Amino acid sequence: MEYQNIELLRFTTAGSVDDGKSTLIGRLLYDSKSIFQDQLEAVEESSKNKGFDYLDLSLFTDGLKSEREQGITIDVAYRYFATPKRKFIVADTPGHIQYTRNMVTGASTANLAVILIDARKGMLEQTHRHSFIASLLRIPHAIVCVNKMDLVNYSENVYDTIVSDFKAFASKLDINDIQFIPISALAGDNVVNKSENMDWYKGSTMMYHLETVHISSDHNHVDCRFPVQSVIRPHTLDNQDFRGFAGRIEGGIFKSGDKIKTLPSGFVSTIKTIELNGDKIKEAFAPMSVIMTLEDEIDTSRGDMIVRENNLPQINQDIEVLVAWMAYKPLQARTKVVIKHTTIECIGMVKELKYKIDVNSLHRIESIDKIEMNDIGRISIRTSKPLFYDAYKKNRQTGSLIIIDEQTNETIGAGMII
Amino acid sequence: MGNYVINHLKELESEAIFVIREISAQFENPVLLFSGGKDSILLTHLAKKAFYPAKIPFPLIHIDTGHNFPETIAFRDALVKKLGVQLIVGSVQESIDKGRSKEETGADASRNALQIISLLDTLEEHKVDAAIGGARRDEEKARAKERFFSHRDEFGQWDPKNQRPELWNLFNGRKNYGEHFRVFPISNWTELDVWEYIKLENIDLPSLYFSHNRDCVVRDGVILANSEFIKLKPNEEVINMTIRYRTCGDMPITGAVESNADDLTKVIEEIATTRTTERGGRADDKRAETAMEDRKKQGYF
Repeated sequence: MEYQNIELLRFTTAGSVDDGKSTLIGRLLYDSKSIFQDQLEAVEESSKNKGFDYLDLSLFTDGLKSEREQGITIDVAYRYFATPKRKFIVADTPGHIQYTRNMVTGASTANLAVILIDARKGMLEQTHRHSFIASLLRIPHAIVCVNKMDLVNYSENVYDTIVSDFKAFASKLDINDIQFIPISALAGDNVVNKSENMDWYKGSTMMYHLETVHISSDHNHVDCRFPVQSVIRPHTLDNQDFRGFAGRIEGGIFKSGDKIKTLPSGFVSTIKTIELNGDKIKEAFAPMSVIMTLEDEIDTSRGDMIVRENNLPQINQDIEVLVAWMAYKPLQARTKVVIKHTTIECIGMVKELKYKIDVNSLHRIESIDKIEMNDIGRISIRTSKPLFYDAYKKNRQTGSLIIIDEQTNETIGAGMII
Repeated sequence: MGNYVINHLKELESEAIFVIREISAQFENPVLLFSGGKDSILLTHLAKKAFYPAKIPFPLIHIDTGHNFPETIAFRDALVKKLGVQLIVGSVQESIDKGRSKEETGADASRNALQIISLLDTLEEHKVDAAIGGARRDEEKARAKERFFSHRDEFGQWDPKNQRPELWNLFNGRKNYGEHFRVFPISNWTELDVWEYIKLENIDLPSLYFSHNRDCVVRDGVILANSEFIKLKPNEEVINMTIRYRTCGDMPITGAVESNADDLTKVIEEIATTRTTERGGRADDKRAETAMEDRKKQGYF
């Protein structure tokens, strides 16, 4: 098996309470033979104790004591499985409205969103919310699974209605690639194995789609961005003069010999080497962690950014942000906060709350005086030093920031720069 | 794969290196928790890569239960010397001698839970504000919910229901005085990833991980090494077996597997086809269904 040369796909699952997210993930793990014997025995035992007639696949993912007591997922749980084609990281996120912040968390690093709809119930407010968040966080791909098809007699009509309802709603969103699949996570139809109950469905299974969806262009390979994490100065006899800039490439393709500019100083130099562990790297691109050395001695440190001379990011202290609010305490104008953006940490003043977005209608609600937990709103922020950024839709790394409470140090907001 | 795609091992490596560098940038006194197991050896290797040609800019901490495999200690000392890093040893025996903790009694007595006290004491003594650990989310159900940057209150406790959201790659390490963080750079690695990477990078491991002959005792279906730390029950006998270890904890609680896998290729083949989890042999996890969750809340790593 060529295990060493497979890609990594990160996906998030979202859905309402009881529409079978955990069961679906359990099914993917079980049918792809990623469940171990001792895990299976433990789940068989628990299912029997609860008096269930079938294997409760959701038990493979519900971890915490309080979750199992309540039968719901509270926190993001990460699951891992691999097939000969790909390795998968699944962020299993809660459907409850009060846990929307965890959904945003899971979505922020995902290449793909799995949106689950209960065939008996159709589109719900939660479906709107989750689809909107997937779109807002710019997850490049989505699979809409119409689940529990076994409970609607595998009806093509039911499926078609839900698909057209979803398409009508999604036309207002910004998801480029949407696939629809009728499934039953409980019975296993169209998850890993093709269903024998739905001849009318000619598409592929969910697993096939997960294994083949094209993800290599999910990173920005055009605009060169290298936020400096730290300066490497060994101070050893062998390397007295070594001065390297450590960081991860967040956009574009860098090569030795490239002319670069450092921000905010504006100094211009040439890349001498790109390396890791002493090995030279010919071309470096997102998301590689490397060390860069330059031909000239330039004073650069954490928080600075190395870019190409003729392709600069936005440089500004006044930024417009779509924010997903995550704290019990509502956000109000004139609040002082801590902002973390790339490797920069600075103070920010929330200057203005512009509007909130109604997740059902996607309408703007204007003249607001606060943004509450689980709200999505547009705000403007003044930062204590300039940020070097791109619009979030251009680059998910250089376009994102988090808002931190100055007093409690909690992460209270997720921001996407417009 | 296309031209500008890296494979999953390189992506995991890059993510871990990014996290390790964030720790050194965001904290004043980070340490790396070194258990001597393969995950902490991998972590040490990644830390070396993150800063090369500079040395690893933080010390390693080893909590010595006094029940370690001798191979683990020898390996630890050689590695520390090779890398030129500082080693801090926290001793469970010392905690017991000082009356800070009390030895369990009975045939199944273990020092596993006692590690928590010695660990927290050592972290406090050295004013550690970030302890880097090799825990992985695929290991255990409570660990599946860990953040990369996991906040601990002033008592070293974990509150799983009130964790900070972790967005994109923006890690929030801000804290109040007296609090600290546990950071897990290899959160997203699976057991198979670890082994594949060890092979790819040719990382040295203690001989325990490869097939060898050893005197063992089989207790409740778990193969334990016979040692001075284990009390035989009346019906138990010592058998010489061909075994290897999948994880390395204390001698009296780490279960071995019968195996002829004596090199990395064979170990990987074995893991790719195995049907039990690696912690399946850990007696410490078998005490209760939520054993790990309970210990983690108290400050276990």
